[in-house]
Amino acid sequence: MFQIEFENQEKVVGIDLGTTNSLVAWMNLTKPEVIVGEDGDKLVPSVVSIASDGQIIVGNAARQELIDHPERSIYSVKRLMGRGVEDVQEELKLFPFRIAAGSESVIRVVLGEKTFTPPEVSALILRQLRKNAEEALGATVSKCVITVPAYFNDAQRQATRDAGRIAGLEVLRLVNEPTAAALAYGLDKRKEGIIAVYDLGGGTFDISILKLQDGIFEVLATNGDTHLGGDDIDNRLLRIALEDVKSEWGEDLSASGEAVQTLRRDVIRAKEALSFAPVVTIEFDWHGKAYRREITRELFESLITDIVDRTLGPCRDCMRDAGVTPEQIDEVVLVGGSTRIPMVRSAVEVLFRAKPHTELNPDEVVALGAAVQAGILSGTVENQLLLDVTPLSLGIEMYGGVVSKIIHRNSTIPASAGETFTTGVDGQTNVLIHVVQGERELAKDNRSLARFDLKGIDPMPAGYARVEVRFLIDANGILNVTARDARTGKEQSVDVKPSYGLTDEQVEAMIEASIDHAEDDYNAAQVAGARVDADAILAATDKAKRTDAWVELSDEERQKITDAMNRLQLAYHSDDHHLIQAQIDVLNEVTHALAENMMNTAVRGALKGTHV
Amino acid sequence: MSPTCWNCGKPAPSRFCAECRALQPPASDYFAFFEIPRALAPDLKDLEKRFYALSRQLHPDLFSRKSAREQEYSLESTAILNDAYRVLKDPVARTLYVLKQEGFDVGEQSTKDVPPELLEEVFELNMALEELRMGDEDARPQLEAARARFRKMRDELDADLQRQFAGWDASQRAETLAAVRALLNRRKYITNLIDKASHVPDRV
Ligand SMILES: [Zn+2]
Repeated sequence: MFQIEFENQEKVVGIDLGTTNSLVAWMNLTKPEVIVGEDGDKLVPSVVSIASDGQIIVGNAARQELIDHPERSIYSVKRLMGRGVEDVQEELKLFPFRIAAGSESVIRVVLGEKTFTPPEVSALILRQLRKNAEEALGATVSKCVITVPAYFNDAQRQATRDAGRIAGLEVLRLVNEPTAAALAYGLDKRKEGIIAVYDLGGGTFDISILKLQDGIFEVLATNGDTHLGGDDIDNRLLRIALEDVKSEWGEDLSASGEAVQTLRRDVIRAKEALSFAPVVTIEFDWHGKAYRREITRELFESLITDIVDRTLGPCRDCMRDAGVTPEQIDEVVLVGGSTRIPMVRSAVEVLFRAKPHTELNPDEVVALGAAVQAGILSGTVENQLLLDVTPLSLGIEMYGGVVSKIIHRNSTIPASAGETFTTGVDGQTNVLIHVVQGERELAKDNRSLARFDLKGIDPMPAGYARVEVRFLIDANGILNVTARDARTGKEQSVDVKPSYGLTDEQVEAMIEASIDHAEDDYNAAQVAGARVDADAILAATDKAKRTDAWVELSDEERQKITDAMNRLQLAYHSDDHHLIQAQIDVLNEVTHALAENMMNTAVRGALKGTHV
Repeated sequence: MSPTCWNCGKPAPSRFCAECRALQPPASDYFAFFEIPRALAPDLKDLEKRFYALSRQLHPDLFSRKSAREQEYSLESTAILNDAYRVLKDPVARTLYVLKQEGFDVGEQSTKDVPPELLEEVFELNMALEELRMGDEDARPQLEAARARFRKMRDELDADLQRQFAGWDASQRAETLAAVRALLNRRKYITNLIDKASHVPDRV
């Protein structure tokens, strides 16, 4: 009977899977809350390292590994998600990714002796976040919401969802980062009106403009740049420092991963301090040598002016697409660590003519919003609804390589479009369709999403077949395709070949391969869950022992309960959740009479009209 | 909408089954979906209100703990809701939709055939553009005047369209729709001219 009170409700968590840092949050009753990891930190650096014995290290601990064993470590893997090798050439110049040979359709990075796809590396980060959440909440966590940059394309979104699946998480929803921030902010303030969210993350820049009204968060337009972020600022400083060192020491350190990582850490430290001081010193010590370089805020600002300016174009385009003027924008919300830079703040203030809001921590606000969305999906948050848009137009390659747009960017999602295709040659039984995403007129200038092969068309003269294809972008911003024969109404098979990314079979294989680790995590969560149940029943029994119901029991009954409590306390510290559960069952069994007595006392009390 | 509920088999003529509350497959006609009469000039404030109210009933967020089939219907319904709202709130897209639903052919209108009454204007516009491209700045005021004329033409056309919209909404006569289609084609042509006159070569 005590068990009713501690029935476990399934927890859905919100995850900000960031380029630089990742966080996990949950809805604690009515408030979103970031979960603190085992090392006491809320931010989990998005760094993964694999020790020579195969042990996987994630987060703060991996940050040190990044310096000691750069060849076994990786950071900023988000930059590679859903991308092909030719897409990341710019990234490869600035980031020490080691791409494995033969990475044509799917990139594989080398970590020590093994190679991994970006979703697998991201899955290791997700697994750590999941573990942190399970330990903090004392419950199994199998469902989540993950945030993605608003400007992420279909392949990048799919890669993120794959990462979740590989980590054993059902991804209930992908939410755009600026939208999540608006959700966290709007829920807190219960605001109405037009708000702009300016999100300068580690590797991406997003701008979204939303209308808030009666709990509906409607995105009017979104824009951005997936190749622009705080890392670019770090790289500017890093390059200067490397050049200085080269001329001062006569030594080129740029080829040494270890040195570059240490120096990167040191310039980031200086950059962060510059948000609060007018002048700072980069301090870099390397094998007994010392490099010191004073940087004034003025110099820093001249270094990053063009980076800050590059964010303003998308902001103006976004206002135009949303059909609003700067005067109509009521609030501006800042997201991402780089928005702490005073120059960024003043640029935003000048552009939107509104003082930006900074009361929520810009590093946490996205995760908090993800938790709110998790609450909406699990039913704990009511009357709030997010209406988001697709950031990029969806089109089909037509004759001559020209794109015919079928779903325009900034359309509210879910959105759909139907197209009818026919054959061009007598007796043709299949039609190839090439789907692209982007705004350019020629297919080759856009992002190739997938090629579909409509098969099984009955042979007939050219132009007679009619295959209706429905393109549907779901609430995650991911494309779904269905096809049917317009004559027969028969569903047509659609063979999807993603241009970049993993097939379902590959993801399945990766899930399979990761089961070993999953087992450990699963056990830890079960133990944590069982301990929460044990705490509850022990507390309830203790409380019952101080009532009349306890006195009414026989000596033998009281002894049995005391023994069962002791045995449960012993089992509590084992790592065997079966054992803990078995002792909970025993205690539950022997407290039946006690529970009944308490009920009766309560009923007698109620009949007498007095409280027990 | 199917005549009986897919879930309990009871008659289900509306969005949600009156008996078991299960979501039914959506209507595909945009006006039917919004439960408003087919019109060329619907009440946009009312449309917006319905859009938000329907979003609150149908959005996939509200169905994540429901059966796979209801999730599917929620996704389909919300996609149609969003598609329909996008089309119905835009005057041109809405008119083309009504024309199509009423059996009018609205295939790609060729913009090469110049309406005869605009021949002179188009000729002069092309001349002015050519002169500007050659560096003759004297043509600029001429071009600006042409642009202003085209804008005025479009405004008059829009007023005309509004009158026709009201006419069709009141009596649903097919000849009104034929007139609307002709006006719309002319409007498209004039819009192209405005675009052309707006993309003037820079001063050299
Ligand atoms: Zn029913």
